[in-house]
This record gives sequence, C-alpha cells and structure tokens, in this order.
Amino acid sequence: MNNTLDKIKIGEKVRVIKIASGGILRKRLVEMGILSGATLTLVRIAPLGDPLEIKVKGANISLRRREAAGIRVEKISRKK
Amino acid sequence: MKQNQITVAIAGNPNSGKTSIFNALTGAHQHVGNYPGVTVEKKEGSFVHNGVRIEVVDLPGTYGLEATSLDEKVARDFVIHEHPDIIVDVVDSCNFERSLYLTSQFVELDVKLVLALNMSDMAHASGQMLDLKMIGERLNCEVVETVGSKETGIDELKEAIIAAMSREKKEIRFDYGEEFGEAIEEVLAAIKSSGKDRMLPHTDHWIAVKLLEGDIEADALIRELHSGNSERILKLVGEIRKKIEGHHGDTLSVLMAERRYGFAAGLYREVLRKEPSERRKTSDKIDDFITNRIIGIPIFLSLMYAVFYMTFKLGEFPMRAIEDGVGFLSHTVSVHWHGPEALKSLIVDGVINGVGGVLVFLPTIVILFLGIALMEDTGYMARAAFIMDRLMHKIGLHGKSFIPMIIGFGCSVPAIMATRTLEHRRDRLATMMVIPLMSCGARLTIYSLIIPAFFPDAWRAKVLWAVYVVGILLAIGIVKLLRTTVLAGESTPFVMELPPYRMPTIKGVLIHMWERAKLYLRKAATIILAISIVMWALTSYPKLKHYEIDRAVEAGTMLTESEINTARAAEALSYSVAGRIGKAIEPAMKPLGFDWKISTALIGAFAAKEVFVSQLGIVFSIGEADEESFSLREELRKNYSPLVGLCVMIFALIATPCMATVAIMRRESGRWFYAIAQFAGLTALAYVVTLLVFQIGRLII
Repeated sequence: MNNTLDKIKIGEKVRVIKIASGGILRKRLVEMGILSGATLTLVRIAPLGDPLEIKVKGANISLRRREAAGIRVEKISRKK
Repeated sequence: MKQNQITVAIAGNPNSGKTSIFNALTGAHQHVGNYPGVTVEKKEGSFVHNGVRIEVVDLPGTYGLEATSLDEKVARDFVIHEHPDIIVDVVDSCNFERSLYLTSQFVELDVKLVLALNMSDMAHASGQMLDLKMIGERLNCEVVETVGSKETGIDELKEAIIAAMSREKKEIRFDYGEEFGEAIEEVLAAIKSSGKDRMLPHTDHWIAVKLLEGDIEADALIRELHSGNSERILKLVGEIRKKIEGHHGDTLSVLMAERRYGFAAGLYREVLRKEPSERRKTSDKIDDFITNRIIGIPIFLSLMYAVFYMTFKLGEFPMRAIEDGVGFLSHTVSVHWHGPEALKSLIVDGVINGVGGVLVFLPTIVILFLGIALMEDTGYMARAAFIMDRLMHKIGLHGKSFIPMIIGFGCSVPAIMATRTLEHRRDRLATMMVIPLMSCGARLTIYSLIIPAFFPDAWRAKVLWAVYVVGILLAIGIVKLLRTTVLAGESTPFVMELPPYRMPTIKGVLIHMWERAKLYLRKAATIILAISIVMWALTSYPKLKHYEIDRAVEAGTMLTESEINTARAAEALSYSVAGRIGKAIEPAMKPLGFDWKISTALIGAFAAKEVFVSQLGIVFSIGEADEESFSLREELRKNYSPLVGLCVMIFALIATPCMATVAIMRRESGRWFYAIAQFAGLTALAYVVTLLVFQIGRLII
C-alpha cells in the first residue's frame, strides 16, 4: 500500500520508497537520515495543522506538509 | 604551528551539546566576534593543558559540509582554509548514526580528529552500547565519552586532543559502491595525470569526490591550480555526471550524499554492541502537552506572555535605577562644572544622556536574552517555531520569526537582536525590516498623550487597539511585498530537529546571556553615542543671542522665573537647526496636517520616541512635560483636530524608528544599507499613509 508521507496516520510506521524533491530540501532530508529505505513514524501534527513531526532513527524532525508530500512511503506491516 | 600552541576547531551537529563542551574547555576565557565578512558569530577561547596552549574555535553547528547554508559554509571554510590542527567532532550519542554523516566528511578530509561522544549518560541510560575501540580504528581518531553539561570526560578530552596531535595519518576511504567508486577512480586518474603533484591542500581523493558532487569550492581549486588541464578534468566530470544522472533520475550530488549516509549507517551497525531501547522518552511525553493540538497554543501564548512580562516588568526597576543614576550624574556634572558652557552642554546633554540612553536598554536586553537562552537551551524554542510555522509561512516568514515579532511590541532593539535564531538570511532580513511596525512601548507614550487629549472615553481603547492592528496589517503586507520582490527566494525548508528537552545549566545560560549583552554594549553603544551628539547639536545650535521674552520682561511684562525659562527654551528650540528644519519641512508636512511644531518634535523623536512628548512640551512652552500633562493636552486640543491627532499617531507608528533601532539594524544585518533602507522605507510609507488618512479624513469629517 503506497502513499505519501503527508497522508499517513499518526503513529504509523512507514518505509521510504522514493523522494521526489531535489535541491536544498533533498540535501536537508538526507542529512536527517530521510532517504530511500529509511523507517519513519508520524508522531504528531502541529496545532495549526502544519507542520508534521516525524521520528527518524530516534530523533524528532519537523517537516511541512508540502515537503512531506514529495516523499513516497509504504506501510511497514507489523511482524511479531 | 608553534610547538607549544595548538588550534582546535569544535564541530558537530546543532543540539549536540557543542556549546557546553566549548564552555567546559574554555570557561571564562572566551570571546565572541564575527567570521570575516559575514554576520555569523565566531566564538573563540583558549585553555592550557600540560604546558600546551590550546586555542579553541567553536564552529557553527552543521549537519554536513556541503555549504548549502551560511553556517555550513562558514564551518567548512574554516576547516578547509584555516587548517586547524585538530577537529573535535561533538556527537550526540543518542543520534550517533546521523552524526556520522558529518564525521565521515571530516575523515575524508584527512584531518586529525577527536570524536567526543557527548550526552553519553543519556545514551547509556537508553541501553545503547558502542564499541569505542572499533570506532577509533575505523575512523582513525581518538574517541572520548563526555557529558558536556556535567563537565564529565573533559580531562579525557584534553588528553585526547594532545594525543591526536601525534596520531599517524591513515588514508581511510569509504565505499561509494561500484558505480560511484569507478567514477571517483576515473576523476582521480585525470587529476593525477595532470602532473601537479599534491599541490592541492587536500587529498586528491577528496577533490575527486567533491568535483563529482558539483562542489563549487573544488571546482575553483581545480581551475586555479591546473589551468590547461582543469578544463579536461571538469569536462570529464560533466560527462560522468550526465551518464549517471541519466540512469538514476536524481542529481549526482544527491546520489553521493545518500551514499555517504549509507556508509554512516553501515558504520553504526558495525560498532553498535547493543541497541537503545525504543521506549517512549520523557521528552516525547512532555511534548504530548507542549505541542498538543488543543492546549499547545494556550501554553505557548502563556509562555510568550511570561517572557514579555519578565522582560519588561523585571527590567523596570533596574531601568529606573539606571535612569536615576544617569540623571544624578548629569546633575552633578552640571552643578560642579567650571569650564566652558558649550563643552558642559556637550558632555551633559550629549554624551551623558546619550550613553545613558544606551545603558537604559541594558537590563531589558539582559533579561530578554536570559529568557531566550532558557528557551533555546531547554529546547522549547524549536517547539515554538513548530507551533507557529503555519501562520508565519502563510505570510512569507518562518516559524522562528514569531518570537522576535512579539518582543517587538515591547521594544524593537531586543526584538531585532532576537532574530538571530533565524538561520536563513532572507527570513531574517524580512523579519527585521518589519519589526518596527510592531508598535513598541516608547510609542505608547505618544499614544498616551494624544488619545486622551482628543478622544472621549468610550473611544479610547478602540483607537489604541486600531493603531496596533494597523501596524500588524502593514507588517504583513510589507513582508509579502518584500518576499515577492527584493527578498524573494524559495521558501527555506522547515526541516528542523526538535531536540529532546534538556535541563539547562546555570553556567551555560549565564554565559549565553552575558555574551549577547557585551556585544550590544560594544557595538550599538558607539553608534547611538555618535547620533546622540549629533541630535544634541541639532537641537542646541545655533544659539540665540537675544530672547524675545527678555525684551518683554524689560518692557514690563511680569513673569515668573520658570515661565521665563520655558519661554526661552521654546525660542531656542525654534531657532536651532532642528527647529528650522521643522519650519522648512512644514510645507511638506502640511498635507498631513502637521505644523512646524509637530515636525520639530518628530525630529527629536528620532533620538527616542519619548523625546517627542518632551519636545512638544518645550515647543508649546509648557516646560517639563510628559504624557500625563494636562496642560499639554489642553494646548493640543486648542491647536489641532482629532484627525490630526490620529495622523500624528499613525505617522509615529510607521515612521521614526528610533536611532537605537537604526543602530541595531546596522549591526544585526551587517550593512548600513538595510538600516537606511528600513528608515527611508518606513518614513516614506508613513508619509503616504498619513497623507491618505488626513486628506480622506478631511473629506469625510
């Protein structure tokens, strides 16, 4: 099941498939560890609806919806 | 490099605790300056260990060394051009994998490296265990565990710095994978075959990698040194880039960056002995409240109010004390002066009052920076930006712009200084430019004088509120305008780390606070002092030889001593340059409803807003007037209409940023251009808006 990062639900754990953005934004994302194959979780949404707070490798990163929309992700099914 | 002196640069991610390490190493022996040509702070300090003097430079926190932001560029330039002997890479141990992205770039630069695994206490508490020995081997560096805030591991760090000096160099090459690895080899071969042997200050390998990434610096280096051959090398790089980008659909620089992150992640897995537990951290639990959808904003507003309140209320007492002190000083000098009259006036009215004007701001600024330091050091600042970003972004600003603007309602000077938290120049400039439109406390004195003079009780609160709203609306409009024209540019990404909440140390906060205060005193003071003297000269010269009032007294008019003095003051002001300018611009000000008296008072307001009121008092021969003065209000009512009163307030709202604001604007933006542009722009805007209000008002009323 495919989706973009701005559309997932709170608490959902996803894996990054592809990132469409380029330029400075892309560099920033890589610096934070957001690249293909990375595992992300949506922690919360800011009170005004934007930006989003994402957990990456234990750190909390904020990302605007528009920036998150360029990140294609797939849900990680829970295996126990 | 002298035998007994070493230069150390402290680098690392933002929020890694770099500053506390720097403070722990240098203690009180530090000072703040600027990197040449840019408005980025440069912190330097020193310490002595085993007879060796160690100079320390605290580089701006960065996530990488690609030079995409000013901070990154500064950090990188320092490492590449200034050749520090050792680099201490401060790492947040709980974010080790990501930190390795930056670390790997230092390794590629073949610099002597010390890795400080900071916040190691929290990492241990989370259950994480790293193989320190292996880290040292893989990266050929010294490894130390530290807790900067508790000053743990600092001695070991000092030892490590010394040890690193004698470490043997080992060329460590990361695996970029087959495709990129081959590309690097190709470029390397081209560089080597061009004959110039290691004339470049960095390893050929690093240059090759950077060329492929499209790094401007590497480009320039090649052009400089290889001239004829450089064209060939660059052409090769271009061809490789086209080929690879054609396959992957992403730029080569992004691909290599991702590759680099890949080996950072691989390295982490290699040295990780035990994974940290994924248990919810305390910080996340706190955030459940702080950035909560429902109570997040009320909490935010209360905190803002608290900071505001603290800054301006707590500051009141010391401000009064300083005002009194300055008053006492000028009085004492006045009374005991035996030298020439003119010099006395210069010293008392010009210098002492000018310097006093600067000192008076100091308590406010110090307390404000205490508040900001607390918010930054605890990690709250990031949350504030997070909450406010949507609103700010709509206007064309950044989440971090919100707090400076709120502070602007108290005073523009600390507000402009508070924009330092904005990393990107355009956001920062746009915010700074419109801060004066957040009607400050000093302007309130003008409103307090005029509103009761002209408006009935029922109207007063509404008019005051309307003035503030006009300021805010204009600010929004101007930001939009600036961001679509001169300060246009792509919206800087809001990819921001929300660091875990931390207990700030008293030492850290105080150092943070004191540095800023010192800077303010040193720089703003000189400009404000200079302008004070100029203002003094404008309002005191030329001197009248004969006063009309004296003639009247001689002719028999009966007046008290104080009445004579105030009349003299009125005449003197009218005769001075300021007064003449006031009269000269009267025709231009008439369409706004202003006469020369108001114009002269406005000129005085440039020194400080409160001066408007006292100058008005002098001009109307009231003598010592303040905004509570009934007689002054009487005079205003007699001479002007409520419409004019409204126009005066609007003009005062928009124009006349006081000279302190101009001075701070110059200092914080780095160029006179912005300070003058702001002053001129606001004055022009004020003129136009007031003109419209007055002319349209006249038609309606």
